[in-house]
Amino acid sequence: MKSSIMNARRSGLAMAAALALALTACSSGGDSDTSSSDAGGGDSGGGDANLSITFLPKNLGNAYFDTSNSVGGQSAIEEFGGTYEEVGPAEATPDSQVPFINTAAQQGVGALVVSANDPAAICDALNEARDAGVKVVTYDSDTNADCRDLFINQATADGIAQVQVDMIAEQIGDEGQIAVLSASANATNQNAWIATMEEILASDHPNIELVDVVYGDDDDQTSFDKTAALLQTYPDLKGIVSPTTVGISAAARYLSTSEYKGQVAITGLGTPNQMREYVEDGTVTEFALWNPADLGYLAAYAAKALIEGEITGAEGDSFDAGTLGSYTVGADGVVLLGDPYRFNADNIGDFDF
Amino acid sequence: MTSATMSAGTTRTYQDYQRPLWRRVLMTREMAVYAALVGVIAFASGAVDNFAAPITYTYLFLDIAAILLIALPMTLVIITGEIDLSVASVVGLSSVLTGLLYQAGLPFGVAVVLAIVAGAAAGAVNGFLVTVVGLPSLAVTIGTLALFRGLAVGLLGTTAITDFPDTWRDLVTEKIPGTPIPNIMVLFVVLAIAFAILLHFTPFGRGIFAIGQSKEAAHFSGVRVDRTKLLLFVLSGTVAALAGVYYTLRYGSARGDNATGLELSVVAAVLLGGVSIFGGKGALHGPIAGALLIGVMASALRLASVTSDVINVITGTLLILSVVSPSLLAWGQARAARRRGRSRGEPPTPTGGAPGNTSGA
Repeated sequence: MKSSIMNARRSGLAMAAALALALTACSSGGDSDTSSSDAGGGDSGGGDANLSITFLPKNLGNAYFDTSNSVGGQSAIEEFGGTYEEVGPAEATPDSQVPFINTAAQQGVGALVVSANDPAAICDALNEARDAGVKVVTYDSDTNADCRDLFINQATADGIAQVQVDMIAEQIGDEGQIAVLSASANATNQNAWIATMEEILASDHPNIELVDVVYGDDDDQTSFDKTAALLQTYPDLKGIVSPTTVGISAAARYLSTSEYKGQVAITGLGTPNQMREYVEDGTVTEFALWNPADLGYLAAYAAKALIEGEITGAEGDSFDAGTLGSYTVGADGVVLLGDPYRFNADNIGDFDF
Repeated sequence: MTSATMSAGTTRTYQDYQRPLWRRVLMTREMAVYAALVGVIAFASGAVDNFAAPITYTYLFLDIAAILLIALPMTLVIITGEIDLSVASVVGLSSVLTGLLYQAGLPFGVAVVLAIVAGAAAGAVNGFLVTVVGLPSLAVTIGTLALFRGLAVGLLGTTAITDFPDTWRDLVTEKIPGTPIPNIMVLFVVLAIAFAILLHFTPFGRGIFAIGQSKEAAHFSGVRVDRTKLLLFVLSGTVAALAGVYYTLRYGSARGDNATGLELSVVAAVLLGGVSIFGGKGALHGPIAGALLIGVMASALRLASVTSDVINVITGTLLILSVVSPSLLAWGQARAARRRGRSRGEPPTPTGGAPGNTSGA
């Protein structure tokens, strides 16, 4: 008996080992189809400048970064004849990004375009790479300003607040009660946006009354329940603004099956893949976010301008970004992509993230 | 530990000593991993751009130092037939504690000592649950994996503490003058020697092997099984906490999610280095080679612009091969022995198949 128990325990350990292996082998979500590839032009196009540009997202297998890198970044690099490469860790942690930054420095790439998992933790590695001659552009998530040459900022707080007020005003005819379904009560970004929205509403839209701000804690079920409670509490509610992707999809899911569908407008910040069915069934007219493909495209052109010495990243430098036009570097080496992008029934089919 | 005890033969043979010394030293599992390591380095130096540069080795050692450190006590734990999956969470917890205590105004050295004490306490919790309560270490350490990680993230949230004193950072990451090797490897070599002596040259170490072969036999031979295991779990927690301090300094940040998933790399290195997951077998230089091999391959593949998904697949496949190969080898040897036996008497039966198919290394 004893030995059979021992055997059972041993096979349990063996299974754990096998499990550990399986986890090691596929800890990165099997649906990632991104991989490095050389752009058609090769590295002969840019004269003597080293136009090899490596994209380092927060992690691989993330539809948002697939769009920004292999749709936006790669097409830009193909346009100007550089070499595109995408590398990245399986998990979105700063310590797993560092080896890839080290590697880019060793390879002597022209520029590294990185979305930082931590503003400070990858600084030393980035500065080592810059000492080795690599230009560093951050996009999506910035590092401290002294560890990169440029930051491509997708949107400002003012821009996000303005587009949300504009959308809800258009959708409810610029008058009536609205409510906000936010993330958690102490979410820094959301609170800043809501404060700015209140100012814009007070000055430009006196007929719109913001009756309540509720918090769904970026939890799908909580957001769903809060939406139901809002609609019960305020029978005259004309619209809901949710400046968080979790909140807007939960609210839209509630509305799409409720009697309020078509009566109450819902808008805010969302992603096309989450919102597609609600736009197609008419629950949602329009929502906003930035276009990640444009973000990657602009980052690639900014990297090119840095490599070729056209700009140094100083305030006031301006460079050409292909089909997006010309951009100027702002304070602290920040380049603003532009106003948030509005998604509606006409264009949502063009996006997959 | 002689394989004679394992075979079903009735006569007592000293099979291990039938072979000359050079064969016993060189023809081992561990040496196969070293051979693979040399082969991969030689190939990568020729075939992968930039791999041959000294800086490759600096980054390589910095990347795998934490794995190397934790692999030392993990080897001992696995040889007793137990496992400690909570080590990466202890790394995270110790990193967070170092950061919080330093931020609270304590001198950095004091913060480090307290973090390491906390790591020892975490190891003692594991050891207590395994030896006194009598729970299987797999279940216990999966539980504490979640518990310690939860504490780490709960203490610091999603923020990071940065700005550690440069003198301490340089102490860890600066290179030994004249070499591409970072200073942390000095600490590793000292610990490796200490653990090698403990495992291979003390009664305590022989007790570790005895427990792995048979807990009951070890107990009746006078080995204090529970005390040994408890000590090993405390050692494991202590070294993991030390690795957490290293992690904090290496990446310049104390974060709750530091070293997430590192336990799998450590277990992978130990198993790849020829330590049996069933306990009782292994040698300390094996896991060191295993960690180096995993690190060198990851480094070479990254330089060759292979994505992390593929690197993980290759590492995982290698590991499965290394776990399966002893069984394949044994099967192959048994088959070969049978054929030899038959060829003396009657002709071998034509069953087909390649008997020497044992290229597991």
